[in-house]
Amino acid sequence: MKRRVARILLYLLLIAAAAFYLMPIYVLLVTGFKSFQEVNLATMWALPSGIYLDNFVAAFEKLAPNLSNSLSLTVAATILAAILGSLNGYVLSKWKFPGADFLFAALLFGMFIPYQSILIPLVRFMQMIGLYGKLWGLVLTHVIYGIPITTLIFRNYYAGIPTEVVEAAHIDGAGLLGIYRYVMLPLAIPSFVVVMIWQFTSIWNEFLFAVTLTSPRYWPVTVALQNLAGSQIVEWNVQMAGAFLAALPTLLVYVFLGRFFLRGLMAGALKG
Amino acid sequence: MRISKDRLLSIALISPSVVAIAIFVYLFIAWTIRASVSAWQGLLPDYTFVGFANFATLFRNPRFRIDMRNTAIFTLLFLGACLLIGLLLAVLLDRRPRGEGLFRNIYLFPMAISFVVTGVVWRWLLNPATSIQRLSGFNLLFHQAGLDFLISKWYTHPKWGIAAIVIPAAWQMSGFTMALYLAGLRSIPEPLREAARVDGASELQIYRYVVMPLLNPVTLSAVIILGHISLKIFDLVMAITQEGGQGYSADVPALNMWYTTFRALRFGQGAAIAVIILMTVAVLVVPYLIHTFRTEVEQ
Repeated sequence: MKRRVARILLYLLLIAAAAFYLMPIYVLLVTGFKSFQEVNLATMWALPSGIYLDNFVAAFEKLAPNLSNSLSLTVAATILAAILGSLNGYVLSKWKFPGADFLFAALLFGMFIPYQSILIPLVRFMQMIGLYGKLWGLVLTHVIYGIPITTLIFRNYYAGIPTEVVEAAHIDGAGLLGIYRYVMLPLAIPSFVVVMIWQFTSIWNEFLFAVTLTSPRYWPVTVALQNLAGSQIVEWNVQMAGAFLAALPTLLVYVFLGRFFLRGLMAGALKG
Repeated sequence: MRISKDRLLSIALISPSVVAIAIFVYLFIAWTIRASVSAWQGLLPDYTFVGFANFATLFRNPRFRIDMRNTAIFTLLFLGACLLIGLLLAVLLDRRPRGEGLFRNIYLFPMAISFVVTGVVWRWLLNPATSIQRLSGFNLLFHQAGLDFLISKWYTHPKWGIAAIVIPAAWQMSGFTMALYLAGLRSIPEPLREAARVDGASELQIYRYVVMPLLNPVTLSAVIILGHISLKIFDLVMAITQEGGQGYSADVPALNMWYTTFRALRFGQGAAIAVIILMTVAVLVVPYLIHTFRTEVEQ
């Protein structure tokens, strides 16, 4: 009997917690699917009378250029940071030179700094090289500050591959690049998945660099959404629909590739 | 001959990254520190040395004092909420209920969402309007449930506005804390608990005396990770409050730094705030990194 009560209590608590986590999504969706006529703060919590896409269409019209900016930014920065990280990780685990471990620690340090501490020089630097306000400046920024975490994930992965494998390939006549290309790269596919999902999610969601470095034309979706939400003209139901559109890509990644997402999360939790 | 060629190549491969980090991390931090002791105001840099004047101004500035108080309150409440909720949920899921995977995924999904999205939704849930005709979000829910005494000004409350920001922050990060604890719980060997059970310990006693002490390292990691987030929190506060709430009720140093630097163009002052943020984060993270590094070397 006591066990039964405990079991019921367990499920009640679990369901209550689930309700708490899902509540904002509930509000997001019921608001998003209401028609323009129905939207009223007083009925915020009520279900829509039907499925209307007005809000999503309006939000998409406003955010489409920014979604496209976010996509280009995220894809470019993710691929570049992954390539650099895999090379660094390879060299720092299998081609160690004196001081390699120190260098690795020095690279890693870049992960833990709060980005406020480099923001002012970053802006000046981008102005000097003519990338301030442009999307490429933001891509460069994300690639560089992505190096520590991608290097970390790849180095730890390569460190687990036995040195004998490298030596065997070496004896067979493969050089540094040959070993990378034909031995390490094929073995590292799972790490590429982890790194790319991590980078994709964090760059898509990033706000501080984006709001500081880009001009309105190149705003990624997070900055545009924040701007939409701050304006008095745009109705809050459209803001909600916009929030949903901005969250959708990373949510889909989470739903379908959650396993890999979690692995990146554990490695990158301390990233600035 | 071949080895030395590959050796050179290996160094050539990592040097772009090393140079980039040297500039973008180390040089830039030094640059920020230099700017923090400069008179720089306006769009053109001015590196006239002014000593610690920017810092002195900051500590006299009422807004920055509010920021520091807010950070302290936010960090304490945010850590408390995440650790408590995270541990509770992990222990519940550790009982292996049906649908464990689904519950876990529901608790963790906010991690995949941007703080900006979270902020946009929560600013409506925490809408501070208190007049009956304009109620929305939680206030509306409380009113409809006849719990009018719960109606709150949320993040615009002059004294406790910052505490309202803890709710969405914990909504986003407590699931992650749960995942950390759950991984910790699952790594405790079952025979250990079995032994305690044989000795007549109740389930509660097992958690209190066997499991909890073994989770201390997890708690430490969680404190460091969550503290790291809380000391530099920016986007969530901006998305909810725009400029820090009513009379800076929910202002934080990172938000102050951004507006001071890029809106008011007081670069020297902004750099000083940045240096203070860097130092508070360093106090938290550096000992932990040294500790982790030492343990790894010992192994």
